[in-house]
Amino acid sequence: MLTRRDTMALGLGVAAVAMVPGVASASAVDDAISAFTGGAAVADGGVTINAPEIAENGNTVPIEVEAAGAVSILMLAAGNPTPGVATFNFGEGAGTSRAATRIRLGGTQDVIAIAKLADGSFARGAVEVKVTIGGCGG
Amino acid sequence: MKTITKLWASAAICGAMLTGMAQADPHPDAELIIEGELHLATRAAPPEHLGGVFPEIYSGWLFRTDETRALQMDDFDNPGILFAERGLDRWNAADGAAGQSCADCHGDVESMAGVRAAMPKINENGELWALEHYVNNCRTTRMEADAWGWNSEPMKDMSSLISLQSRGMPVAVQMDGDYAPFWEQGKEMYYTRFGQLEMSCANCHEDNWGRMIRADHLSQGMSNGFPTYRLKNATIVPLHQRFRGCIRDTRGETFREGSPEFTALELYVSSRGLGLPIEGVSVRQ
Amino acid sequence: MSDVRPRIRLPRSAKAGDVVEVKTLISHNMETGTRRDGSGNVIPRQIINRFTCEYAGKMVVDMEMHPAISANPYVEFDVKVEESADFVFTWYDDDGSVYSETQAFEVG
Repeated sequence: MLTRRDTMALGLGVAAVAMVPGVASASAVDDAISAFTGGAAVADGGVTINAPEIAENGNTVPIEVEAAGAVSILMLAAGNPTPGVATFNFGEGAGTSRAATRIRLGGTQDVIAIAKLADGSFARGAVEVKVTIGGCGG
Repeated sequence: MKTITKLWASAAICGAMLTGMAQADPHPDAELIIEGELHLATRAAPPEHLGGVFPEIYSGWLFRTDETRALQMDDFDNPGILFAERGLDRWNAADGAAGQSCADCHGDVESMAGVRAAMPKINENGELWALEHYVNNCRTTRMEADAWGWNSEPMKDMSSLISLQSRGMPVAVQMDGDYAPFWEQGKEMYYTRFGQLEMSCANCHEDNWGRMIRADHLSQGMSNGFPTYRLKNATIVPLHQRFRGCIRDTRGETFREGSPEFTALELYVSSRGLGLPIEGVSVRQ
Repeated sequence: MSDVRPRIRLPRSAKAGDVVEVKTLISHNMETGTRRDGSGNVIPRQIINRFTCEYAGKMVVDMEMHPAISANPYVEFDVKVEESADFVFTWYDDDGSVYSETQAFEVG
């Protein structure tokens, strides 16, 4: 039987989870993808996402995305309150279709990247990042 | 069942926080080398006064993930360096009614080498002061400017800049003579249980380092990396702010930043890291 | 924001036709617009919403940013350098401020 105090004790470790204000709905992710692709079909694969398997803190997660031949890459965080992260548009001065940045993840979730290739087709990659919610104060 | 509940509710509440104890030992062989040039020791023989409580002392850097450790190995990747760079602008800028800058008295900021390593230090009135006290003393008496808040952006910029001048120099706090009473006060605090959870510094950082708490790896609580850029806060965290966070997490009333209590604790905690180098602005989770 | 400061890292040298890695960082809180202050009021959103890099007058990368980009935004990418020219880096703030940094680069 769990008393209220037990629950409190248990809750210490997970309290932060409850503070995440909300997560993006599946439709918000779909909407963002359709806005980017104009509703075109998206093939799986051809997009590489490098991210830590476990992020020590969700506030600063290093992430790298690459898709050979892409003219732009949309990056989404499916579990954030709003899914948008960034869109990279590569110009004629770009040496590769690769970019790296640091992002905020509100919890364990999928990071999705959709690449628009030079021929107008689209490709998709996704990776799950486990985010440690906790840590002592400061 | 009742007994179990009682246990949960009282003495073992600490235990509850420490459940899921997985070993999270310091990295066995990672080396902290900044931009392939500056090697900072992250392991050292423990100082004698610790009486053998640690087999070896470890920088908090060794308890972090590969990604977090990497951020400190390149000054471009280390966001804390941004604060030090802004600090240099402040160093050279006149402020206050006297129209003086730090540089007017102290010259190049390189003159601050070793200052952070020896903090906290006793001032001419016999009080123990941290770096921030000295900065504010300069501001209010020599520059006739307003004091900066302990955790304010300009103070973080300045303490980051000054700390960086000691990067690689060994922790050099004094413990004897006039320092002894402050050191004893700090030691007393280190072993005093605070808050509703009745936890002392030692409960986590001496008894349980290398284990998990609050889904986090417990380090030995070394202070040589401060001020530190914390990913969680996305800003510089001064040592006294960290102390405050620790005590708050015990559900206790905390002391304030810059209080005689925290300054004495800073002295004692720093002395536990004698043998480790100042990391200037480190990066932690 | 008065204390916004860009940092750029370019390689020391390159030959014509090389692909070089460029790293950029700018000090900025990237206020998400979802946090509340001590009195419970929502802190208004203020982020860098766009970053661009041009080399020799050609667009390298034009990045749209959302609040999920971490404080002190870091961006790394690759540039093909054919000739000595200027890099122009530009950050666009929600408050209308534009921060720009130009750096000359020698191709040997």
